[in-house]
Amino acid sequence: MKIRIRRYHPSFEPKVKLFEYEGEGSTLLEMLENIKTKDRTLTFNKGCRSGICGCCAVKVNGKEVLACTYEPKENDLVEPLSFSENIRDLVCSASHIETLLKRARAFLEKPSNKKQDEENEKTIRKQTECILCSSCHSSCPVYEVNKNFLGPFALTRSYRYVADIREEEKREKIEAVLKDGIWDCTLCGNCTEVCPQGIDPKNDILMLQGYAGRFGFQNPNLSSFGSFGLDF
Amino acid sequence: MRDVIVVGAGGAGLSAAIAAAERGAEVLVVAKTFPTQSQTCMAQGGINAVLKQNGDSINAHIEDTLKSGAGLAEPEIVKYVCEEAKNVIEWLDSIGTPFTRKKDEIAQRRLGGASKPRACYAQDFTGLKILHTLYDRALKLDIEFLTERFLLNVILDHNGETAGITVLNKTSGEVEQILGKCVVLATGGFAKVYGKFSTNSHQATGDGIGAALRAGCKISNMEFVQFHPTALYSSSVLISEAARGAGAKLINQKGERFVDELATRDEVARAIFKEMENGNEVFLDLTHLGEEFIEQNLPQERRLAVIYEKQDPIKTPLKIKPAAHYTMGGIDVDLRMRTSIKGLYAAGECADAKLHGANRLGGNSLLEVCALGRKAGLEAADEASAKEFPKNRQYEITKRDSAFIKALFTLPNKIDFVKKREFLGKILYSNAGVFRSESGLKGVLAELRQTQKELSFMGLKDRSLRYNTELFEFIEFGNMIEITEALLVGAINRTESRGSHFRVDFPDRNDRSFLAHSVIWKNDEGVICAEYRRVKEST
Ligand SMILES: Cc1cc2nc3c(=O)[nH]c(=O)nc-3n(C[C@H](O)[C@H](O)[C@H](O)COP(=O)(O)OP(=O)(O)OC[C@H]3O[C@@H](n4cnc5c(N)ncnc54)[C@H](O)[C@@H]3O)c2cc1C
Ligand code: SF4
Ligand code: SF4
Repeated sequence: MKIRIRRYHPSFEPKVKLFEYEGEGSTLLEMLENIKTKDRTLTFNKGCRSGICGCCAVKVNGKEVLACTYEPKENDLVEPLSFSENIRDLVCSASHIETLLKRARAFLEKPSNKKQDEENEKTIRKQTECILCSSCHSSCPVYEVNKNFLGPFALTRSYRYVADIREEEKREKIEAVLKDGIWDCTLCGNCTEVCPQGIDPKNDILMLQGYAGRFGFQNPNLSSFGSFGLDF
Repeated sequence: MRDVIVVGAGGAGLSAAIAAAERGAEVLVVAKTFPTQSQTCMAQGGINAVLKQNGDSINAHIEDTLKSGAGLAEPEIVKYVCEEAKNVIEWLDSIGTPFTRKKDEIAQRRLGGASKPRACYAQDFTGLKILHTLYDRALKLDIEFLTERFLLNVILDHNGETAGITVLNKTSGEVEQILGKCVVLATGGFAKVYGKFSTNSHQATGDGIGAALRAGCKISNMEFVQFHPTALYSSSVLISEAARGAGAKLINQKGERFVDELATRDEVARAIFKEMENGNEVFLDLTHLGEEFIEQNLPQERRLAVIYEKQDPIKTPLKIKPAAHYTMGGIDVDLRMRTSIKGLYAAGECADAKLHGANRLGGNSLLEVCALGRKAGLEAADEASAKEFPKNRQYEITKRDSAFIKALFTLPNKIDFVKKREFLGKILYSNAGVFRSESGLKGVLAELRQTQKELSFMGLKDRSLRYNTELFEFIEFGNMIEITEALLVGAINRTESRGSHFRVDFPDRNDRSFLAHSVIWKNDEGVICAEYRRVKEST
């Protein structure tokens, strides 16, 4: 089978180049490994090979997938993720993950003795299956215009803690996701479409907006519309 | 300069880092991957703890652990961990771990070898959810992370004490020196030496154990490797024990059953291996369990079987084989997780705390990484608070490691290490796997020593310093060779069968000679030395 790979090396000229390879494998990751036996310079990440460590996300024909669970097709175009620093070929830096999670305060503010019950666990079950693969981040159009956007996985994780009954400082959590956060999402749904774990960050963002409303925070974009409306 | 440097960001590393930071130490976590990519995320089954005394008891947990350890689990550490288990779960709960619940209580299920249902779990994502919660907690504490750094060696001061580590910056290809008062190694196991015949992640190459061995540490019980009976045939992806627990059958291509599916992992693995040696193929038949059950309980496995094996377990039995799953041995540590070098600690799968003995009980390793990871962190923080920083200078070993990395690029490429690695995995599986014999083990050792000599002809084809994955894999291969030698020496010397170690030429357990830990180290000339240390009499 033939696939195309967009390769990158900062000190080669040209830095970005499209290569065509013949290879085989039942998953894209196996195929990349197979190609690497012939071209040792081809660079990609591999880990658990069972879709759970989140290290091998790439774009195929423009859409984010995990290489270890994607079945390659003839003439596929494989590229690194968008909006995170490309290090070499298909490998991107993961350092944005730490920065975004911290800014979103995506953790329990204080250890808690409160008991989570069955129902509350179910509320956040899906969100806590996130593998931090960054697929959603790469698919999000907001990064074209605002590179400071907190983005889907960090907001999903923020919601996961806001909705956790063990979190008592919900207001602080919400305050942390107002700027470059919940109001900047266009609700396009790309993130939901590409998530390999079936998580729905778009909906989690809507839920956070709901919480924000209850704490008396308003969507700044809407309020300007509001005053515009009054002029009529 | 840091009080405590933790190497590894899996369950053990993060637990150690959090405990040390909460104790007030300046902590730095260094890892070769991003934290949540650590192998801990792969654990599905659960984490053992007796939460309530109704029907179950801490004593029963201790008994089960000792029994599974076949004489080599040390009662003192077993007692400590089993008693600590409840605290561990409460702690994980308090920082936000979303355990599966039944009403208000954390739900528990029964795993193989346990006399009672005592594994806490989070659906089939137990490891994933614990690891991510630990990471979130570490971020809350502002613990500093330095990822994409590959541990090369432990730096020792002139007095032989720990002074820090040398790492390869994976992105730049440069060697860096990181100094600190204490180092905790939490780099995971080495079951990936079995290559394609392992359920483990690609990272499980035993780098920390290699570094400890080179620094002069003792390592122990390296011959004890647990094989999981049911891994998918071509990809070695694990099919969890839950399948057999629910009634899945093991059959050969003629449709014949040949083993009690609920026997221990060892027994089932051996029975399957025997079938395969007799030229049969072995299948795990789930078809009678029905789509609903499989979708509910084994959705991941179903998806992976369809992708990798082109088999849907709802319609056809899955072709399987046993695969290397967990390494009981590792860096020899005492009850306080101290290695034989001052200031150097080890915890998690890279360490041998003598909790698992000759075989690990399912659900006890997630418990170990949290309980003993925390212990290591606290001990290291306390030692650091009473200690001076090492002298801030360039250490000899840093220069040596820099020179070594440069030299690797000048080696001739006459032999392909990737092929060698694959070959090694294969012969280890057939000769140092489920069944072992003196002639087979010695054959592999001879091959291994030959490979050791040939390393300098296995130069790299990728000449770039930047994120050179071939270079990383080559260094990992070096570590694998180094510790596999210890595995083989241990397996050759232990002329008995016990736990996961089965010698066809010595099928019986021999307590008179071997109720003892095999301890291995390298002398000043780099020659492997071995001795046995008797198990402490329980009181
Ligand atoms: C498929 C599978 C299922 C399992 N299921 C269960 C279960 O249900 N219950 C249970 O109790 N146990 C289970 N286990 C075992 C358990 O998951 C592991 O023993 C445990 O997670 C090991 O944790 P750790 O922190 O010691 O190491 P790991 O999680 O492996 O982490 C190692 C860390 O060290 C880092 N590292 C390694 N080498 C270097 C280096 N050279 N330089 C820098 N950093 C390095 C890595 O980047 C990583 O961060 C399972 C294992 C597997 C493979
Ligand atoms: S729904 Fe929002 S967060 Fe998701 S991709 Fe679209 S803009 Fe980004
Ligand atoms: S939300 Fe989904 S796509 Fe985004 S990082 Fe998590 S698992 Fe990946």
